[in-house]
Amino acid sequence: MKELKLMKGNEAIAEAAIRCGVDGYFGYPITPQSEILEHLMLEEPYKKTGMVVLQAESEIASINMVYAGAACGKKVMTTSSSPGISLMQEGLSYIAGAELPCLVVNVVRGGPGLGTIQPSQSDYFQTTKGGGHGDYRLITLAPASVQEMYDFVELGFDLAFKYRNPVMILSDGAIGQVMEKLEVEDYKPRWTDEYIKKSFPWATTGKNPGEDHAIITSLELDSSKQEQVNIRIQKKYKECEANEVRYEMIDCEDAEYIFVAYGTSARICQKAIQLGREKGIKIGLLRPISLWPFPNKILEEMAGKVKGMLSVEMSAGQMVEDILLATKHKTKVDHFGRLGGIIPTPQEVLNALETKIIGG
Amino acid sequence: MTEEIIIAGFGGQGVLSMGKILAYSGIMQNKEVSWMPSYGPEMRGGTSNVTVIISDERISSPILACFDTAIILNQQSLDKFEETVKPGGMLIYDPNGITRHPERKDINIYQIAATDKATEMGMARLFNMMVLGGFLKYKPIIQDEFMEKGLEESLPERHHHLIPDNLKAVKIGAEIIKPYHTL
Repeated sequence: MKELKLMKGNEAIAEAAIRCGVDGYFGYPITPQSEILEHLMLEEPYKKTGMVVLQAESEIASINMVYAGAACGKKVMTTSSSPGISLMQEGLSYIAGAELPCLVVNVVRGGPGLGTIQPSQSDYFQTTKGGGHGDYRLITLAPASVQEMYDFVELGFDLAFKYRNPVMILSDGAIGQVMEKLEVEDYKPRWTDEYIKKSFPWATTGKNPGEDHAIITSLELDSSKQEQVNIRIQKKYKECEANEVRYEMIDCEDAEYIFVAYGTSARICQKAIQLGREKGIKIGLLRPISLWPFPNKILEEMAGKVKGMLSVEMSAGQMVEDILLATKHKTKVDHFGRLGGIIPTPQEVLNALETKIIGG
Repeated sequence: MTEEIIIAGFGGQGVLSMGKILAYSGIMQNKEVSWMPSYGPEMRGGTSNVTVIISDERISSPILACFDTAIILNQQSLDKFEETVKPGGMLIYDPNGITRHPERKDINIYQIAATDKATEMGMARLFNMMVLGGFLKYKPIIQDEFMEKGLEESLPERHHHLIPDNLKAVKIGAEIIKPYHTL
């Protein structure tokens, strides 16, 4: 049975983790996402579903606890905000290299450095282009509402286990702090040890006589073997690119101009579209939901139909590079963003479209 | 119907909880709602504000630069948010501690002396509910029965015995609010 709640985006992440049967959460508090750990501690899921909730001594410890839990075939996750996520990059690379599933949530704040505690989207490059070392990708989901914060936890784990790869929910301080109506599902039981053993032969669940060792490692000193590991991982990413592109289109049917934006920026663009259409400017929104894999195809298709696209990001222009690659110069593309924790107003966004794309 | 509201005052005045009760009541009435607080350094001891949107439709941006209604509870907030009310919109303020009163001529302005009234009645902590009652008198977007349900949902059970007093405060608010400048 579905139930209605009023919750912050951060609380929705925690609530979803409990309700979709997560085995373990390991994290370290940081604004603007501390409500995740707080909500977990209040709900005491270890008494309800047996889920472990642990405040680690640091972000580095958190991600390595996740690495270990994932190696056992458990549904494990961590959350942090930008500076904390930077500390986790080594662990993420190892987890991707060892081909293990896990969920990481980044409730982004303005950087670089300790920066600010206000919302930003300046971790796009870090998330979609690597961050850690080596040829790996993070499957990246960008929620634009409290409901999506909730929904993407279960979706994230589905994808993580399907591709044996870390999944990142790339959110921001505004979606983390806003309260909206949320529909939650009934509690699902955690996976049993028998289920994990049967379903995930790669997991280190204990070796019985006659069974092969399950070996989890990201180290392979024989280059010819390491190349094969990389080829296998890249094949997986190709499949992911073919099957897991997600996006939403709003008011695009008759649009002459398109905003491309994710997360909080996408919400602001929706208001800017209303303001623009009141003035007779036909604007639509293409909202990438999966930032990797990126919705290249639809962007190229739309580029052939519209007079211009404006990438709206709370960054100095990161996603705009992917839009430029996808649209292959078939339409005019520019960027508008505010930096360091400033959220643009809908009017500012509309003005930017008018000066940079329509009049530019 | 879409009502875009900013509530602003000092931290501790119940700004955030007023917004939360409004949002919860909206959900009970099957509306779409959003509640976006200011957070961070300004929250700790200084001014506090929250943007609440209640709508029949999917809500676009939870962050706004102009509002249908501003509910203002201190001078700093009045100075900051008076200009953000849309022309023809509404501004409600508590004159307690106000030295420069609102000056706009293109909006409806109402005064509610809720701080004084609540103190006088010995229900100082319910001052925010009086303000809410004043707001709902002129913008009846939430019906009484849903306000009660909203309170039930937003207050922990150990505080449910306070709901009748909260509803009383809402009623008093509707009685004491008065026009300051109307169009």
